[in-house]
Formats: sequence, C-alpha cells, structure tokens
Amino acid sequence: MTKPYRLLALVPAVAILGAPWFANRIEPRILGMPFLLGWIVCWVLMASVVMAVIGALDSRRS
Amino acid sequence: MIISLGILSATLLLALLLGVRGARSASFSASGTTSGTPSLEQWSVGNRGFGTILVFMLLAGEIYTTFTFLGGSGWAYGRGAPAFYIIAYGAVAYIMSYWLLPAIWQRATAWKVLSQSEYFTRAYGSPALGNVVAAVSIAALMPYLVLQLKGLGIIVSESSYGAISANAAIWIGTTATVIYVVLSGVRGSAMTAALKDAMVLMCVIGLGLILPYKLHGGIGPMFARIAAERPDFLTLPSSGMSPSWFASTVLLTVLGFYMWPHTFGSVFTARDASVFRRNAALMPLYQLVLLFVFFIGFAALLSIPGLQGTEVDLALLRVTRDTFSPWIVGLVGAAGLLTALVPGSLILMSIATTLARILRPPRKGQPADSATFARLLVPLLAGVALWFTFRGGGTFVTLLLMGYSMVTQLFPALLASLFPTARISAAGAIAGIVVGEAAVAATMLGGVSMATLLPGWSPRITDINAGFLAVILNIVTMVLVSRLSSRVTAPVSP
Repeated sequence: MTKPYRLLALVPAVAILGAPWFANRIEPRILGMPFLLGWIVCWVLMASVVMAVIGALDSRRS
Repeated sequence: MIISLGILSATLLLALLLGVRGARSASFSASGTTSGTPSLEQWSVGNRGFGTILVFMLLAGEIYTTFTFLGGSGWAYGRGAPAFYIIAYGAVAYIMSYWLLPAIWQRATAWKVLSQSEYFTRAYGSPALGNVVAAVSIAALMPYLVLQLKGLGIIVSESSYGAISANAAIWIGTTATVIYVVLSGVRGSAMTAALKDAMVLMCVIGLGLILPYKLHGGIGPMFARIAAERPDFLTLPSSGMSPSWFASTVLLTVLGFYMWPHTFGSVFTARDASVFRRNAALMPLYQLVLLFVFFIGFAALLSIPGLQGTEVDLALLRVTRDTFSPWIVGLVGAAGLLTALVPGSLILMSIATTLARILRPPRKGQPADSATFARLLVPLLAGVALWFTFRGGGTFVTLLLMGYSMVTQLFPALLASLFPTARISAAGAIAGIVVGEAAVAATMLGGVSMATLLPGWSPRITDINAGFLAVILNIVTMVLVSRLSSRVTAPVSP
C-alpha cells in the first residue's frame, strides 16, 4: 500500500462498530452523558478529524 | 396559535420563494437548449457544477428527514440506548464515502449519466439491469415519499394546534414542492435545503440544550434520573437489540446509505471529486445534530411518559408544545415541515429523472435532452404519492419498512462495477439483486430471522441482522451466475 496513513480511517470505524463491546456501560459519564453515548460521540468527532487529516495528506501528495 | 400558524405559512412561502429563485440563479438559458428550457442535465444535476457547500446541503438535505427528526427522538424516548445506532451509522458511512463517492462520480461524469439506473445500464452495458434497478428504486422511493408526506401532515397539524388538518397540510406542502421542483429542479432543492439546515440546527440544538435544563436541571442530572429509574435503558441489552444487533445493523445500514437513488443522484451534481473528500470530514460534524435530537427524546421520557406504539414519534412535538409558547412551537413545526419538503422534492426529481431516461433514452449525436418530459412527470408522480398517502393500506407500511433493505441489495453490484477485475456479468448482477430482494421479502414478510433459522444458538449469532443473509445470498448468486454465464461482459472502466 502506497499510502499507509489511509489505514487511520479504520480506527474510528472499528471504535464505532465495536462500541457495544468496548463501552457498553453508563459510568464513567462523559459531559453528563452515559459512557456508551459519550464514546460514540467522541469517535464521530474523531472520524471528522481523521478524514480531514487523510484529506490533507492526500491533497499534498497529488 | 395564530403566531405558530403565521410562522408556518411564512416558512412555506419563504421556501417557495427560495426554491423558485433557484431557477434564476441557474442561468438555464445560458447553454444547451433553446428558449430558456433547461436540459435534463441542468435541471436534475445542476450541470454537474456544485461545489463542496452545495453538495453538503443536498446530502444533508436528504439524509436528515422527518424520520431523523421525529423517529430519532422517538427511538430515544421509546427504546433508549439502541437509538445510538442512528448516530453511529452515518459516521461510518462518511468514512466510506471518501473512497466510494469519488469512484462513482468519476464514472458517472465520464458516462454523463443522470440516474442510478442509467449508471448500472452503462457500467454493465445492460439496459435490462438498468430496468431492474429502476424497478427497485421506484418501489423503494415511492413509500419513502409517502412517509415524508405523512410526517409533514403530523408535524403541521400538531404545531398549528390542530388549526390546519393533516390532509390540508399535505396538499399545500405537496403543491408548493411541485411548483419549485418543476421550475428550478435541483437548484431549488439546494436553496430550500439551506433554509432547512439553518432552521433545524437552530431548533434542534436549542431544544436539545434548553429542555434538559428547564425540565431536569441539566444533561447530567437528566441522565442520572433515567439511570436511577430505569437502569437498563442507557446500555444495550444482552439479547434482542444486543451488541451483535448493533454492529450488524450499523454495518448493513452503511452499505445501503448511498444506494438510495436520490442520494446516489446527488453525487452527480458535484463539479469535481475533491468535493466528496472535503465532505467526508464535514458530514460527521453535522451528524452530531442527532445527539441533540436524542436529548429531546430523553427529556420527554421523564416529563411526558406514557406515549405508546407509533405515538412515540410525537414525543418531540408534544414536549415542545407542553413546555414552550406558540411561537417556539411554530418555529419547530416549520423546521419539521422543511425536513419533509426537501427530501420529498429530491425524491420526486429522482423518480422523474429515472423514468424520463428509461422512457426516452438518450441517443448519440442528438442535442442535449430537454427537461420538459421529466418536469411534466413531477405533478403526475406527486399525484400518485398523494393517492397512496390518503388511501395506502397495510401493504404499503411493509414496503416502507423494506425500503432500506431493498436498496441495500444494489450495493454488491455497485461495488463490483468499481472493480472490473471482479468480472461480474450483467446476468450475475441481475440474478444477485433478484435473489437478494427475494431474501429481503422472506425475512421481512415471511418472518424468517436468524433465530428461526438457527434455533438454540446464542444471541451473539441470532441477533445478527437478517439483512446480512440477503446480502450474502446476493453476493454468492452474483458470483456464481457470473462464472457460469457464457458471455461474460465485465463492467467497463470509465
């Protein structure tokens, strides 16, 4: 694979799909939210960050 | 009451004005056809000239519908933690979109296709496949349009305190939509989508923050109360809507996400592929609007408990009515009205374009197709949708539930079209889709599920969404038939 940094995209995808195994509990709460919801919200935000980083690296290369 | 009625009418009027103005900014007369009649390419995909922001508004416009607005809060209210899947699937789909959408866009632009069915026709060199895809599209879209119209009726009658009946609201809303769709096509939808986004953001974030504070003293105290009263409600159960259900449903929904014909068609509006790469980072942020939709549902659970069955979808409107003055109710109703009109307009355009391309296929060496025929279809199709909305029976509800699973069956053939080395033939693609749709019908109508197929197995397996079975059967059939069919016509590269 010529662009290994693209594998980063798997991290939020796995964290979200696996959320019920990693995070299926109420405590500790994140900003008042149950942990499961807080976890998913964090990784949705991370998905945005990761895709922005991949996009920036890709456009620099081309 | 008068105030909320005023806000609702003003919003509808503003949407109509913005929608109709779309035609003027589209400079329809600038190129292509004569005498100011837009070409089908201008009308239905904006001459493939949309940048990041317009494409963002279109995609956000059709993905966040009345179902997200009412259904999202209804799921949080009625089911609790399983509702979180609604936030999860969008984010995963946007990650996938970074690679998927540029690949589709590149081919669609090279082939100058205007509808999803036409894309399949070109990719596999098979009008028969295109017709199968068109049949699936229309069978899935029509009920989806009716769902939007029914939602519109509920929202307007609730937020006008019953002053406008649901049926009257549906007639008025549909008429306004038909007018701007016929006049301005996809540009009109993009303009009203901008208004919709602004109002939805304001209302949902406003309510999602204010309601928990006003009713329960904050987001933390609200969840603490729910956790104390219903300890199981905020985590996934170990069977039923279990972790296996969650992961499989999220994954399956991701596969179907861009297979809706109107969403697929929005991809064609982009002016270059980088539009999608930027949107892959932008769209997940918009997905967080749903978090506030959930807060509204949870706040309603504690303050207006007792809604049952389909009534849970009214949780958002009821709690707003109970807590706020009519002008806020009017604003929320107006935002809800737009979440029905914008996707509705795109669905109408998508069906009209699909039909127009099939009934009047483009010919080589002829001038650009005029949009006149497709535009004439719009009021006709709206009439059919109205008829179903007022007279639709039980079969219709089932079709509606099946819609998402039905379009998901197009994914294997789409993916194969991007990889010519997979050597999938048109016959294979058709057989796969037909078998997949039959399996969807068996699971949804015939009550076949993983639990009935594998009695006695652990919920870890039996809770897996039965839709996966249909996708797997689809892929197996597609590959087998492709290998067996003598005349292999693999997808052409752009």
